[in-house]
Amino acid sequence: MATDLYQEIILDHYKHPQGRGLREPFDAEVHHVNPTCGDEVTLRVSLKDGVLADVSYDGQGCSISQASASVLHELLTGRPVAEAMSVLDSFTELMGSRGQLEPDEDVLGDGIAFAGVSKYPARVKCALLAWMAFKDATAQAVEQGSDA
Amino acid sequence: MTAVTGFDAEAIRKDFPVLARTVHDGLPLVYLDNAATSQKPSVVIDTLREYYEQHNANVHRGIHVLAEEATALYEGARDKVAAFVGAPSRDEIVFTKNSSEAINLVAYAIGTGSAGFPALGPGDEVVISEMEHHSNIVPWQLLCQRTGATLRWFRITDEGRLDLSDLDTVVNERTRIVAYVHQSNILGTLNPVSPIVERARQVGALVLLDASQSVPHQPVDVTELGVDFVAFTGHKMCGPTGIGVLWARRDLLEAMPPFLGGGEMIETVTMESSTFAAVPHKFEAGTPPIAQAIGLGAAVDYLSAIGMDAIKAHEKALTAYALDALDEVPGLRIIGPRTAVSRGGAISFALGSIHPHDVGQLLDEQGIAVRVGHHCARPTCLRFGVPATTRASFYLYTTEAEVDALVRGLHHVAKFFG
Ligand SMILES: Cc1ncc(COP(=O)(O)O)c(C=O)c1O
Repeated sequence: MATDLYQEIILDHYKHPQGRGLREPFDAEVHHVNPTCGDEVTLRVSLKDGVLADVSYDGQGCSISQASASVLHELLTGRPVAEAMSVLDSFTELMGSRGQLEPDEDVLGDGIAFAGVSKYPARVKCALLAWMAFKDATAQAVEQGSDA
Repeated sequence: MTAVTGFDAEAIRKDFPVLARTVHDGLPLVYLDNAATSQKPSVVIDTLREYYEQHNANVHRGIHVLAEEATALYEGARDKVAAFVGAPSRDEIVFTKNSSEAINLVAYAIGTGSAGFPALGPGDEVVISEMEHHSNIVPWQLLCQRTGATLRWFRITDEGRLDLSDLDTVVNERTRIVAYVHQSNILGTLNPVSPIVERARQVGALVLLDASQSVPHQPVDVTELGVDFVAFTGHKMCGPTGIGVLWARRDLLEAMPPFLGGGEMIETVTMESSTFAAVPHKFEAGTPPIAQAIGLGAAVDYLSAIGMDAIKAHEKALTAYALDALDEVPGLRIIGPRTAVSRGGAISFALGSIHPHDVGQLLDEQGIAVRVGHHCARPTCLRFGVPATTRASFYLYTTEAEVDALVRGLHHVAKFFG
């Protein structure tokens, strides 16, 4: 029911988003949309010596998509890219689990609140929007770095 | 007090088996997503079953009993649909898969051309509106890309009406066809026909009406409307999915090139070339949706027995009731006409800054089915500066009690996210 989906943690992040707003400097910026519901996110990553110096974002959309971006910022900023990618994999796996996976709080932090979302196929895309944008932006930033 | 005398929505509900079911462990279903698709009465479901159990055969190509019965039923459905929309001839009813296919058929024909039906080219213009469903935008965009013609459109006023102040410039000597929505699926607006037809006639343009949301909800007489093409779709009017209708003036159908090629639509075929069957068969390639057409015939009988005037009056009263009731919900903003004048029972709104996805989800938890998103009318959302809306849409079986449930549900949503 509602509380399954709208965990207190999610509502908190929705009402008080962490790290919201686009910031300089950045190495890559992407804009992702969910065409079925119109949710949008613009996301920037800034890399420094293989570490995510900043992940900044702006967007509009439902509570799930916006809270998810906030959690992502909190969880991944300051982490080495490789580590962030493994958190991303865990989150993606959780979203594909249809409620069958016990999430690991040590890895996912507040992200565990999204376990209930995985039971709502129509909402999984909302939760993943910022994460897919992050994956895209980081890949671009890393590629640029290797070119330089 | 707003109830229409003699119209008993409660009794009508008993004709629709799905309306008796519950959702989420025992909540009554409040189905307010009729603009997306309507529910089906038992007569339609029974007709489908009976067809498959008793008459199933391919049409127009057998001399055995079942083939003859199936053909008579299929063609009988065409008679019913023709009568339902006042078509001067049954041969003017082309069965398609849905409205989208009907519109694509016309767009294809006008892009290809034939003797007596000149193809569109650079310099020609196609007119649509900002209020269209994607089904009445994308085929014309594709057509213009293919032919070099120019796409133009009417805008929308702040109240959600078609802005016809520039009718005489938007529709001009270069215009070949004006294709627009009769009743908007997102704003609910019922659009005028005669001024547009009159202007189109002055400049020799054709008019296509997307009647997907009007034919199910009010009497529609294609002759009275005076347009050239009317598209509608069976699943929104108590019929099955997979069946739609293109009505067109016979002389146009005869001049237009065929759309899809295949069995049924030919007269003779050699290895080099073919000649085509008479209308409407020229446009019905391959085995048609036989059961679905027959099911649509049953739906049309059902609606006619209740009366389209009565259905229209019921929905109008309900829409007025709902507009008033929704107005009482704090922070709720109607997107579209705010009075029940020249509008149907599809009501879009924003609830404060709560995202429609969240509104829809929490309503669903209470058993209330609405649609959220851009409703395949993204340009309309852009026009009103919203990424999406929540939409409640009614039909003949919708009751005031259901509107009350919606309003209670919205109060709950507002509190939850407050
Ligand atoms: C106004 C309008 N036009 C066209 C369509 C397309 O109908 P279909 O999907 O059956 O082709 C719809 C339905 O979604 C509609 O509401």
